[in-house]
Order: sequence, then structure tokens, then C-alpha cells
Amino acid sequence: MTVHNIRVGQSKRGDASDGTLAEAIGGRLSRVDGPAKITGAAKYAVEQQLEGLVHAVLVESTIASGKVRVIDAAAAEAAPGVLQVLTPDTIISLKTAADWFGTPPPDKPYCPLARDITFSGQHVAAVVAETFEQAVAAAALVKVSYDETPSIVDLSDGKAGDGIPIDAMTKEWGDASTAFASAPVRICAAYNTPREYQAPMEPHGLVARWEGDHLTVWEPSQWLDGMARTYAEWFGIPFGNVRLVSPYIGGGFGSKALALSHGAVAACAARMLRRPVKLVMTRPQTFTGYGGRAATRQTVTIGADRDGVIQSIVHRGVNETSMDGMWVEPLGSVTSIMYATPNFSSKQNVVRVNSVVPGAMRAPGENPSAFGIESAIDELAYEVGIDPLEIRLRNYAEQDPHAKKAWSTRQLREAFAAGAERFGWARRSPEPRSMRDGNQLIGWGVAAGTYPVRRAYGEAVVRILADGSVEVESSSIDMGQGTYTILAQTAAETVGVPADNVVVKLGDSRFPRAGVTGGSRLAGVMTGAVYKAATSALDQLVGLAISDPRSPFHALQANTLVVANGRIASPRGDGPDVSIAELLNSVGRDHIEAKGDTMPANSTAEDRYKNYTTIAMSVPHTEGDYSRHSWCAHFIEVRVDEDFGTVRVSRVVSALDSGRLYNPKLAESQWKGGIIMGIGQALLEEGIVDRRHGRIVNDNLADYLVPTNADIPDIEVISVGIPDLHASVLGGKGVGELAIVGIAPAIANAVFHATGKRIRDLPITLEKLI
Amino acid sequence: MRDFDYIRPASIPDAIAAAAEPGSAYLAGGTNLLDLMKGGVTSPQRIVDISRLPELNRIERLEDGGLRIGALVRNADLAHDAAFAKAYPMVAEALLSGASAQLRNAATVGGNLLQRTRCSYFYDTASACNKRVSGAGCAALGGENRLHAVLGWSDACIATHPSDFCVPLVALDAVVEIEGKQGRRHVTLAEFHLLPGETPQRENALEPGDLIVAVRLPAEAASFAANARYLKVRERTSYAFALVSAAAALVVDGGKIRAARLALGGVAAKPWRARAAEAMLLGADANEATFASAADAALADASPSGDNAFKIELARRIVVRALTSAQAGTPERLPALPASPFSNIPGARHDA
Repeated sequence: MTVHNIRVGQSKRGDASDGTLAEAIGGRLSRVDGPAKITGAAKYAVEQQLEGLVHAVLVESTIASGKVRVIDAAAAEAAPGVLQVLTPDTIISLKTAADWFGTPPPDKPYCPLARDITFSGQHVAAVVAETFEQAVAAAALVKVSYDETPSIVDLSDGKAGDGIPIDAMTKEWGDASTAFASAPVRICAAYNTPREYQAPMEPHGLVARWEGDHLTVWEPSQWLDGMARTYAEWFGIPFGNVRLVSPYIGGGFGSKALALSHGAVAACAARMLRRPVKLVMTRPQTFTGYGGRAATRQTVTIGADRDGVIQSIVHRGVNETSMDGMWVEPLGSVTSIMYATPNFSSKQNVVRVNSVVPGAMRAPGENPSAFGIESAIDELAYEVGIDPLEIRLRNYAEQDPHAKKAWSTRQLREAFAAGAERFGWARRSPEPRSMRDGNQLIGWGVAAGTYPVRRAYGEAVVRILADGSVEVESSSIDMGQGTYTILAQTAAETVGVPADNVVVKLGDSRFPRAGVTGGSRLAGVMTGAVYKAATSALDQLVGLAISDPRSPFHALQANTLVVANGRIASPRGDGPDVSIAELLNSVGRDHIEAKGDTMPANSTAEDRYKNYTTIAMSVPHTEGDYSRHSWCAHFIEVRVDEDFGTVRVSRVVSALDSGRLYNPKLAESQWKGGIIMGIGQALLEEGIVDRRHGRIVNDNLADYLVPTNADIPDIEVISVGIPDLHASVLGGKGVGELAIVGIAPAIANAVFHATGKRIRDLPITLEKLI
Repeated sequence: MRDFDYIRPASIPDAIAAAAEPGSAYLAGGTNLLDLMKGGVTSPQRIVDISRLPELNRIERLEDGGLRIGALVRNADLAHDAAFAKAYPMVAEALLSGASAQLRNAATVGGNLLQRTRCSYFYDTASACNKRVSGAGCAALGGENRLHAVLGWSDACIATHPSDFCVPLVALDAVVEIEGKQGRRHVTLAEFHLLPGETPQRENALEPGDLIVAVRLPAEAASFAANARYLKVRERTSYAFALVSAAAALVVDGGKIRAARLALGGVAAKPWRARAAEAMLLGADANEATFASAADAALADASPSGDNAFKIELARRIVVRALTSAQAGTPERLPALPASPFSNIPGARHDA
């Protein structure tokens, strides 16, 4: 049950940037968890080896709609090694938990195994056996019969209808329809994105163990405290009785923030059998065990004058949700802020289909929203004969057009300039199909992206230990984005010790709390919390050194002291110079500890609980006088084989404004990851649904295609951000989600420039181009 | 547990005797079989592990100028055999365009011939599939069938054979050497794979116990070395099965085509030798008009089995490009992205 201590010293240093030491905030320190992951020493959640561990395997529905008539488990129960077959009739009853907003749940039981089937792939039973192989074999023996009813498999189904209006998504100002009708230039087009999947390398799964009324869950998690709350509410036990452990996460992309029904099944099985239970989804199960990105439909109409200046935008969006859950993918989020327009209208419906409830996937909302507006403005550019970059500058929003507030910072003009310069945009030949190399048509496209600065709360403990090392603890997590590393940098710089001497402990819900790791908010929140805790620990250290009669500095009667590189001295260097360890020894202390958080002053215990276990109290990005967002501009070259319609992205230059970067090396890596995921979205990714029984036909990584190395060219990323102290304590904005936003339209725009064909349905597969 | 017997025979006759029992399967590289077993698609009662049989992993030049490739030669070893790649460049290119480096290191020559279709409904045990359960029906027909067959399919099965390797092999008149209860026999690769007809569960000419021991290339196969290409169109640049592929080999003399070989992949339940097109090419001028006529001839009998009419036009275009590329000459070095239409992009990486 080790929590993994990450020492900076195990890691190779990155290059210093701008004269900053690699290990200070803003330095290019390499990922401190890298060696553990590469050598296999990093132990992932389901690798826990526990005494008496048994294995659960899920049985899923093979119809999309109907009722389970009967589950015949006799053969499975008689199979070797089988301990229990869980069905809706045999599984213990749970309470319904609050949703992630903390909305009080209905007072009714919750059963993670379904009697009423609303999608194909729904969990209907589970088999627990002594070994994994026994459980797999027995699960295949469970016979489920159904009374099937007609289903609506996706948005294109004739029975799907117009859906439910979501009034909270309506954004309007001016008189958009009148202005559109009188505009001299009018663009109207429909843009579609398919169901897409997060496809993390590590599948979802967990190990659950009960000790009396205490539950420990080892599970990859983007939100320990939120998931621990859900488990506690399901089982009706105090929050403090649930411990979630998740030191490493093999990719989340939004899919690992919530406790899901398979987790409930495993925890129930562990309780019923009084043995620890391991349950890991198969790869096909990850396509229905939780939701990917909802399929979306948008229409974007733009009215403009002949100079390309926008007069009106009318936007209508639809996303799919499940029959019994509600997911809203905010499709007007980029549409409403990217360009200045005097008249605007955006409305959105959701349509119920027989699917698992869709979920968060890298930049939910902004990503499909940008595909609509950034394609549409490109269409407008060709319509009025203006360069696609120039038209974006002509319609530049000098303030938030929706919130009518000043931007906290918006380096988008700088992003356009830096990206265009580096890409060589000025050399672009404007006509479609005008650039060619043999059989290949070459196209250059541009698109912008944005993501709001979501802000929430976190707390951290910083300890200065007797040996002079520093320990940081937080229940936040590192799913590859670099939390271990930047928190080590923050503590090292703030206290004044080498980063080698900092140990960061994450991923255990017993540690000081943190809200969800999602919406690109964690770095800003946690560097702030660690900065505050470390500052407070440093103040205690200096205070002790000045005031304790046993301190070598006592006689100096100094007002302050300097701590640097693990040593304490007076600012003028005229007194003693001792190590932190020597000082603590001299004053008889074995450690100094301080807690810091980013909560408002006077927060109650209840406020804190709500802040860390729900998203109800996230701070709006337009709070106060400013509207806070990250921004980016993508410049992309594609080559399209004219005969085959195959598209290859051959060059990417992206300029991004994420504010201050806590570690440029890690930020660049995340940006590139987002760009690669965007290339997959543009060209490859689509969940294909069988129209008869609603099953995902390509529910595996051979058939659901994500890019390989050979699909990805060299990617150049340029940081154009400046510190934004309205966004976070240390001036950073969001990094993780930003870069995927705008990639798909940049590619579609480049494909249009190459071929003269406008593809408005993702992905851009070859039959759409031949 | 799904129990099965595991047998590791010491000799080929022992292997054949063991595998002649019903419900047996040979295990070589295991790159396909183990996936199918894990997914419950196939559940052999007896695994006969031939991976350590001694005499099956050799590449031998034959006295008549032909080549004999042992059934256990790994895909990667064959593709990287310099003499082999020089004599049969389009076969090496096809091998390197398939799967991933890890899979090519494990997969064998014999296993490549026997790999099962990638039809999603074959893999989905909740769906009807005549290959899995004879007479159950074909869920792909009327299902999601964008990738399915356009040649040689039947109402019982519209699946395709996924191999790259087999496409140039069938073009070069490869012969499968089979050891069985009745001794050794030779079957041409063209006759080895069967079209589905009413019996899609029967995919090839093997009888129970039959073991592929080698694949032979006749002497003439090396005569195309100067003008031979394999071209593969797929959704992503690496680690993807062919939507459509083509192997084209020519002997051109004074602008006239003296010999021609053409085969298509990804279009049928077997690697598809385009003999009518070859006949049209023979003696004709090597130019684009000839190649276009050959492409029309190659696809003359094609028809969509579902939502896949685009594959017919795509196949025509690939035939023209493959023939054009073959005429232009085999490249000095294998392209960085083998078989890719994008292999000429400067800086393309050889990490497919």
C-alpha cells in the first residue's frame, strides 16, 4: 500500500529556458515520474496484489432497448472457481448518490446492474471467481434473455426527433435573424461530429477492499475526493470511511473523473464476499462502460458585409444524450466569444438515444463548437475573397462579446502573428487546388481555439523535515500532465531548496483535498495551494531561526533571513550560514508543517467539503471584471492524394497563449498531445454504431483508429502567453485542453484549400474526397 | 476456465497426428489465434504448438531457381532478408506495410496465410456469422460494411481476407506446400483460399491435420524484380489493414509489356489475382490508357456488398497507380513508409 514518493533527483533535467533554472517554476524540469513509468516501477491501481484477491467480470446487454426477461446463471454458478454471480436480484442494494454538482439525489435505491436496458453494452450481471480466467469463462455461460423494444441508435435515426431545448445554453444579443436577413453576404452550413472515445491506454478498473465499514478503492481517478464521496453515498457510510488510492493514471482525457457503475459492482462484490475484488474492463467494454464525446450537429449562419465584417451569427446545436442521463456538450461556447458580432443567437437541444450517457472528453463543448465556427468563418473568407487569417483579424473580439467584459489576457493576435510568421503563411497561394506536388494536392489551413480558465480549489500540506528535505502532500493526481513535477518545482523555489530535496505525494484521498482534475484547472489551483503552504512553512522556518533562543541567528536580531539552496543566511551574508537540517536540529524541531489552500477566507467545513467533492462551487471564468480564457492559433499543411482521397498532415505550427507556463517542457508536451488527438479526431476517429442493435462495431483499438507515430509530422509549438494574475495565483491559464480546440477545423480548412471540397462531417475519410 | 490441451510435438508427423483430432488448432506466432481465443471467437480444445519444430524456419534457394520459405519464418525476418527483398521487392514491401513491428517479429509465413477476417461481426460473438456458426446468417450483410468485399462475395459472407503478404505472393504464382495424413502436396496460393459461396466457414484447402510447411516461389517470380510495387491504401499510415491494396509487376521491353502480374487485396475473401487484366496488359503499350483499361478489366465483376461502392472506384485507381509505379521501376531502397502513397514525402519516417 505504498504511496509513491517521487524524488526529483531520479529524473534527468530538461534544458533551462530563459535563464530559469530547470527546477524553478518556469524551468524545463523533466517529468519526475518518468523513470518510474519507463522502468515499470510505477504501480498502477489494478496492479495491487492483495491477500485473497478475487476477480469480477462483467456481463453486458446485447440489445439496445428492452427489459431483461431472465438471467440464467446456473451454468456459470456451477463453473469451476465461481464464487458468486451478481444480478439485479442478487446484488446488494445501494443508495442513489448525488451527481457531480452535488444535487441531492432522489431517495431511491441504486442498482448498478440493469433490468431495464437503455443501451447495448449495459452491465446486466457480473461473475466473481477465484481467478480471472475462471471468471471470464463463467461469464460466457451466463444466459440473458430479453424482451426487446425498438431503439433509437443515434442522432440520424428518424425517430430521434428535435430533442429537448436546454434553455441555459441560450445566448443572445442584438437581433441576429433580422441582421442576418439584411446582410449582403450570407453563409449557412451544417457541421457534424461523431461519437468519439477517450481511449486511454490504461482501461478502467479497480480493486476494492472492505475492512469493516471502511472501503479502500485502488482506481485510476481524475478526482479522488469526488469519487470517494460517491462511493460513501452509495454505501451509506461516512465520507471519511472511503479511501481512494490513485498514484498513477494511464490516461484519462476526462473519462476517469467519476465513480461509475462498474466500480459499484466491484465494491458490492467485495462487500458481499468479504474479499478484495478486482474488476478491469475489457477494451470493448470501455466503449460502453462510460461515455465518450457525444455526437453533435450544428448549423452556423453568418451574415457579413462584403469586407467580411460579421454582422450576425445564428447558431443552433444538438448533441446526443442517453435515455436516462443528461449530458450537455456546450456547442455555443466558442461561437459566442471568438469573433466580435453585434447580433448573436445560439440555442441548443439534446436528443435522447439508446447510448450510455456521454461524458467529458478533452475540451468538451469547445472542441466541437470550434469545428463549427472555425469552419464557417473559413467558408466566409472564401465567399468574400479575403485571406482566412485576415478575416479573423478583421473580426477580432477586443472584449468578450458575450460577457461584455475585458479579457484578462488575450494573446490571440500575437498567436496569429507568431504562427503565421513561423509557418510562412504569407507565401500561401489563395486559390483552392493551386498547390501541388505530383499526385498530391497541398493545402494550408488556419483555425483558432480557446478554452476558459476554470478555477476551483485545492489544499496542500508542505513539510520541512529534519534532514532539510521538503514533502508535499495533496489528493490531487498526475495523469501524465506533470503535477508531480510542477508541484516539486513550486515547493523547491518557494522554500528555497533544490528540487532534488522535494518529495511530492499525490493520489491518496487521505491527503489534503483537491477538486476535480479536469477543465485544465489543476495546475493553477495546486501551484497556488502549494505556493501558499510553502510560503507559510518558510515563514515558520525563518520565524524559528530569528526568534528561537537556541538558533544561531538569535543573536543577529535580524528582521528576516534568506533561504536558498537548502541553506539559511542573513540577507547581507554577515552572519551564520547553516543548512535547514542544522537549524532544525539546533532548535530541537523534527519538522515544520504548513497547510495552504486557495479557498476564500472564512470558508466553513461544509464549504470545503462541497468544494472538493462537487463542482458546484467552481468559480465562473467571467467572475468580476474579467473574462479569462486561453487562446491558440493553428497553422496546418495537409497533403491529399488526389486519386485516393487520403489525407496526411504534413506540417503543424501552433502558437498558444496559456499564460505563464510553470514548466514549458511539460506544457509543450501537453499541447502536442492535444494536437495529435485533434489530428485523430479530424481524420480517423468515429464510433460506428450498428443500426440494428446499437452495438459499437469498432469497439477495439484495431478498428477505432487513433493516430500512430507515422501519421504525425513534426509539430512546432510556440508559447505567446504572458502571466495572467487574474487567472491564477502564479499567472498560468489552462494548458491540457486548449491545443485540441481548433485542430479539426484547421485540417478541414486545409483540406478545402487543397481540394476545393468542404468537409463538414468528421472524420475526413477518403470516400468523402474521391 | 476454458480448458484446452496443449501439445508440443517433436516432429511434423507427430504434429499432424495430434492436429487431426477434431477441435485442434496449430499455434505458431499466435498473433491472431490468441486474440480470437481471448475474445471467445474460437475455442479450440487442443492447441498443437508447432513454434519449436526445427526444420520450418529456413529460407532455401532451390536448384530450379525458385525459393522455398519455411512456414515458421517470421514476417520481419523474411522482409529484412536482403537477398529476398532484392529478388521479390514487392513481397518485402507488403510484409513491412502490415501490422506493427512487434507483430511482424512474431507472425509467421504460414500463419499469415491463415489469418482470419477482420469483419467486426466475426469478432462480435453476439452477432450472427456464418464463419463462426455455419448457417447462423451474416450480420455484416445489411450491417456496417464499409470495409467489406466487392469481389467474389456471397449472401452467406461478405468478409475480406486481411493479408498484405498474400497479395504479391498470389501475383507471383506462389505455391503452398502442405504436409498431411496422405503425405506432402502442393496447392497454388490462387487455389488455396476459397471464396465463401454457401460454405464461408471453409476458408482454404486444408484438411484436418494439414500443416503448411512452406511457401514456394517459382523461378520466374524473381524476373519482375526491376518493376514491382505493392501499394496499400489504408485509413492511417501504419498499423491498419488495407482498405484496398494492389501488387503490380511488369516486364517492359521497348515500351511493350512482355509480362504482367496483378493482384488486389482487401476486396475479397481471398487475395484476388486479376488474370483478365493481366491478359489485357500482355503485349500492350505500357502507358496510362493501358493501365486504365486493365483496371476496368480487374474490377469488371465487382459489385458493392453494402455501403462500399467507393472501394470499387478506389481499387481501379490503385491498380492504375500500382502499375504506373511498377513501370517507373522498383525504388533503389524500400520507401520509408512501405506501400504508402505518401512514401515520397520528404522527411517521412521509417517508423511504420
